[in-house]
Amino acid sequence: MDLFEAIFWFLTAMAIGSALGVILSRNPINSVLFLIATFFAISGHYILMNAQFLAIVNIIVYAGAIMVLFLFVIMLMNLNADVEPQKSRLVQFAGIISGGILFLLILAALRDMKAAGVIEKTATDIGLMKNLGKTLFQNYVFPFEISSVLFLSAMIGAMVIGKKETLVIDKN
Amino acid sequence: MLLMQIDWFFLVEKLSLITTILLISLAIAAYATWAERKVSAIMQDRIGPSRAGIFGLLQPLADGGKLFFKEEIIPTNANKFIFIFGPCLFMTTALMTSAVIPWGPSFEFAGHTVSLQVADINIGMLFVFGVVSLGVYGIMLGGWASNNKFSLLSSIRAASQAISYELAMGLSLIALLMLTGSLSLREIVDQQHGFWNDGYFTWNFFKQPLGFFIFLVCAFAELNRAPFDLPEADSELNMGYHLEYSSMKLGLYLFAEYINMFISSAVMSVLFFGGYNYPGMDWVSANLPAWVFTFSCVSVFFIKIIAFILFFMFIRWTLPRFRYDQLMKLGWKSLIPLALVNMLITGGVILWLTK
Repeated sequence: MDLFEAIFWFLTAMAIGSALGVILSRNPINSVLFLIATFFAISGHYILMNAQFLAIVNIIVYAGAIMVLFLFVIMLMNLNADVEPQKSRLVQFAGIISGGILFLLILAALRDMKAAGVIEKTATDIGLMKNLGKTLFQNYVFPFEISSVLFLSAMIGAMVIGKKETLVIDKN
Repeated sequence: MLLMQIDWFFLVEKLSLITTILLISLAIAAYATWAERKVSAIMQDRIGPSRAGIFGLLQPLADGGKLFFKEEIIPTNANKFIFIFGPCLFMTTALMTSAVIPWGPSFEFAGHTVSLQVADINIGMLFVFGVVSLGVYGIMLGGWASNNKFSLLSSIRAASQAISYELAMGLSLIALLMLTGSLSLREIVDQQHGFWNDGYFTWNFFKQPLGFFIFLVCAFAELNRAPFDLPEADSELNMGYHLEYSSMKLGLYLFAEYINMFISSAVMSVLFFGGYNYPGMDWVSANLPAWVFTFSCVSVFFIKIIAFILFFMFIRWTLPRFRYDQLMKLGWKSLIPLALVNMLITGGVILWLTK
């Protein structure tokens, strides 16, 4: 096992372990912290694949901005382990069945996967910022622009929903 | 065998560089606390610390010793793990940014080229951004885990302030990056070589004055320094997120703030004021021994950093604190549109010049 593989397996274990921590921990704040750790592990994987830009953007956008807002909302709502609603037996049973079915599906899909070559060692340069930018703006410029319009409309929508409703005073 | 593949010279070089940088950061942060008191004293016509050592120069040591020997108090209803994790995280993120800053030009030593930069990654500036955006977790988690209403309010303020000002900061940098065409801090410094080239200044400040202004204001806000120190507004929140902290955990919070100030001064001088470049450096490198050149570059860089730190202090002791709604209004309604306009102008000028 060389250094590369050691780092790979460490990051994999970290990603899966902290992803489990997200759903298993009772306290929502701990869940958020575990989710941040998961993002870090995934960013580590990106760096192993020489996709530095993707790695750092993942950290800036998800770990640095979106999870801050998650934490913000959880703090404001003052959620903690005590107020977590207890689900009834029936709901838990339904959860187990649907989760099991999903697990079977994934297992069936992964059955035919080749075991060799899981670790991609020949790093490509596509993840470097310059190449990524050129690819985005030369080959995929139309989908890129379309998705930016989508983001813009989502932003405007959020602003309209979040706007303070003006009080209409009936003068009569 | 894992150990056989390691280049030992590389390892020793990087380890000694990292140790030196950390020690310098801590020393500068320690003396920044002393300088802050002296500056405030001079500006308010007082004497300032004068008892510990000559000019009170041992004051940081005395403060550190005091903090170490204070009683360690963890509130009963606090979340113990996160309560301790908060200050550690804050300190770690404060120290991490120094990895990508080029402290001086490379020099030859015993047949090896020694680079005075821990890691020259091609996303250097984004790395700084990533670490800065993580810095707010230390404040948020510490404030939440204290289980105190004032601390919670403070951490919520810190979060919204950090997110609002990160946007304007990023936009102001995009204009700069359009000029440099690179995110690597080493390359950005090299492009500002010397002081004067082709009939114009080489330093980015003279090409991006508006961008620098926006970046500076956002840096104040990200550092939680006056006039934007809303998260620790002592008149409203009794010190805010570190209200419940005592002993060295409080020390870590206070200290990390000064390290942040040091690092952001370094980033600003790298991005806008030429880093280790100075007028007449070509003459020095041609006529004087190599070590003089390296030494002069590093000292010039540190002089710029110290000038920025002093500027931070002058602002803190002259301007009153903003109100919270004014802070948000400034961030969203003035700085972001200004940064967008700056971006448009820069793009237009670049197109016009390269046509």
